[in-house]
Amino acid sequence: MEQSIDAQTSGENGRTSIIDVEKLTRVFDNKLRAVDSISFKVYEGEIFGFLGPNGAGKTTTIKMLTTLLKPTSGDAVICGHDLRKSPQQVRWSVGVVPQEYTADEDMTGIENIMLFANLYGIPKEIGRKRADELLALVELQDASGRKVSTYSGGMRRRLELACGLVNHPRVLFLDEPTLGLDVQTRTAVWRYIRLLKEEYRMTLFVTTHYLEEADGLCDRVGIIDNGKIVRIGTTSELKASVGGDAIELGIKEKDVDLTSLISGVDKVISVRKEDDHYRIKADMGEETAPAIMDAVRSAGYHVDRISLTKPTLDEVYLEFTGHKLRDEESGNQHVMAQQRTVRRARA
Amino acid sequence: MISMVQTANTNNVTRRYLVEEERDVPINRGMLHGLWALTNRELKKWYKVPVLLFLSIIQPIIWLGLFGKAMNFGALFTGTSFNIPGLNIPKSTLDLIAKQAMLSTFGTTDYFSFLAVGMLSFIILFTAMFSGMSIVWDRRFGFLDKLLSTPVARGSIIMGKVLSSVIRSLAQAAIVLIVAVLLGMDTSKLTVAGLAGTFAAMFLMAMGLSALFLMLALRSTDWQSQMAIMNLLNLPLLFASNALFPSKLMPAWLQVVTKLNPVSYATDAGRQLLLGSPGFAPLGFDFLFLVAFAALFSGFGIFLSWRYLSR
Repeated sequence: MEQSIDAQTSGENGRTSIIDVEKLTRVFDNKLRAVDSISFKVYEGEIFGFLGPNGAGKTTTIKMLTTLLKPTSGDAVICGHDLRKSPQQVRWSVGVVPQEYTADEDMTGIENIMLFANLYGIPKEIGRKRADELLALVELQDASGRKVSTYSGGMRRRLELACGLVNHPRVLFLDEPTLGLDVQTRTAVWRYIRLLKEEYRMTLFVTTHYLEEADGLCDRVGIIDNGKIVRIGTTSELKASVGGDAIELGIKEKDVDLTSLISGVDKVISVRKEDDHYRIKADMGEETAPAIMDAVRSAGYHVDRISLTKPTLDEVYLEFTGHKLRDEESGNQHVMAQQRTVRRARA
Repeated sequence: MISMVQTANTNNVTRRYLVEEERDVPINRGMLHGLWALTNRELKKWYKVPVLLFLSIIQPIIWLGLFGKAMNFGALFTGTSFNIPGLNIPKSTLDLIAKQAMLSTFGTTDYFSFLAVGMLSFIILFTAMFSGMSIVWDRRFGFLDKLLSTPVARGSIIMGKVLSSVIRSLAQAAIVLIVAVLLGMDTSKLTVAGLAGTFAAMFLMAMGLSALFLMLALRSTDWQSQMAIMNLLNLPLLFASNALFPSKLMPAWLQVVTKLNPVSYATDAGRQLLLGSPGFAPLGFDFLFLVAFAALFSGFGIFLSWRYLSR
């Protein structure tokens, strides 16, 4: 079971691992196993996506890897430093962008960044220079002198990003960087993340429950559910593991059954006849679909519609965690609850 | 599109910068790095909002101006109507008796001056008390977690708050002292050395108390319980001290408490140094007690912060 979690081809391939987690476990109150003996590697320079519903253990994992929570058992090596033996060394080499908006509201954007520059021991002039660059990177130059309490949600998220980058970390941990943001801001945040990877050659560890984002962005993805990693691999490996592309085929001649004809086509995995169409699972859908059409036509039948759906991570997710809607709903509730807390706290 | 171009440009800058200078950045890895930045963060919230400063000193000033002036103990004897039937004591003798009674009770001839020094301790106690609240807020907003993910010394997180609370309370105490002098506090024995000594004593008390209240809040996420703790401690610390009333007139059991209360020693040092009052304890002992108190609780606070700030 343990071996089958790693999708086959994403082995070492000569890459160096920068995060190496071994049977990491965190138990709360002696009973809740929030993270249950997880093991995985993250390779230098990649974007690693950590996917799972709320309460799956994503944040607990990040908190352990960033030294905020002590593991109950297990080990992790980050940038060559042992998490348990030298947490201080780990702190020097990583950056964190937490889920909440944590910037100090009573200070301006630039004051926040400068404070964190100072906490990372960066001399003032260099800190100032980095702050200016980072503010430009996240397009907050114009608001840099304003108090954070006047910022919108998207601006705050971008400021968090800038704060987490000020020490030029080798690994940046991002906990739900797009939670509660509108579509435009989400797109912007992901654009920055992509830029970071390219420009700073940084390794990124990102948790999210927006699947389409992980799909477009992450080099590899780990799916976690109930504190256990259920699957790790590149997005295409994971999609392949749910069993190929889905082709929907409609035939004019409704009363004949072409199931055996279609399943004879190369690369078709399975065929199911539904009311007025066939659901076909096949590898290499782009090539297999025309081949199916040819086979149907040459047998004298008429195709009246055809559609091809590539599997999404949604399906992978559903397949391995067994739930889909729950997290989206509770995700929104979570955001609302969080906003309520902040509002109440401010009042 | 325009913004994309801009981003690309700024990133070229970043890349050049990274390649050329990254290795030469003289990172300060000392134990104390970040301490002043954290202290200053707290101070900024205070000195940038003058209204807050005003509000925080208004209470001791009301105590001074109303309570201190109203409790005019000296008038017990000096009132002209006062005499004992059958005895014809000259008024000058009565005044002399009154003066001696005041001196032997309060160590000064007027209660107002006695209370003024007590008010310095009062404002320090009440400022230090709130130091614990800031860490509760930092925890609630996740700011603390972000601090903890940086390599800043855990002890600096606590000491930054202690120092800012100390600086704030000393500044407020200075204002209260100025107001007290303006309202008629006895300045006949005031010296620069006495002032410096008083503030040194106040510094030590502020440090110990801030560290104490911060320690109590180290793992708390709940500001209500923090408020409850504060309320549980502030009045006993104030009343069971010599800040408002001399302890030698208190019942024996209460005197024992005042002898353990750091507020008594800071107030006593202040009275000896500012008013020339006879001591509740020898001046040297006052300082010894306060140094031990400040060192013990700061040290304990730093120790606990390494252990218990992370969960």
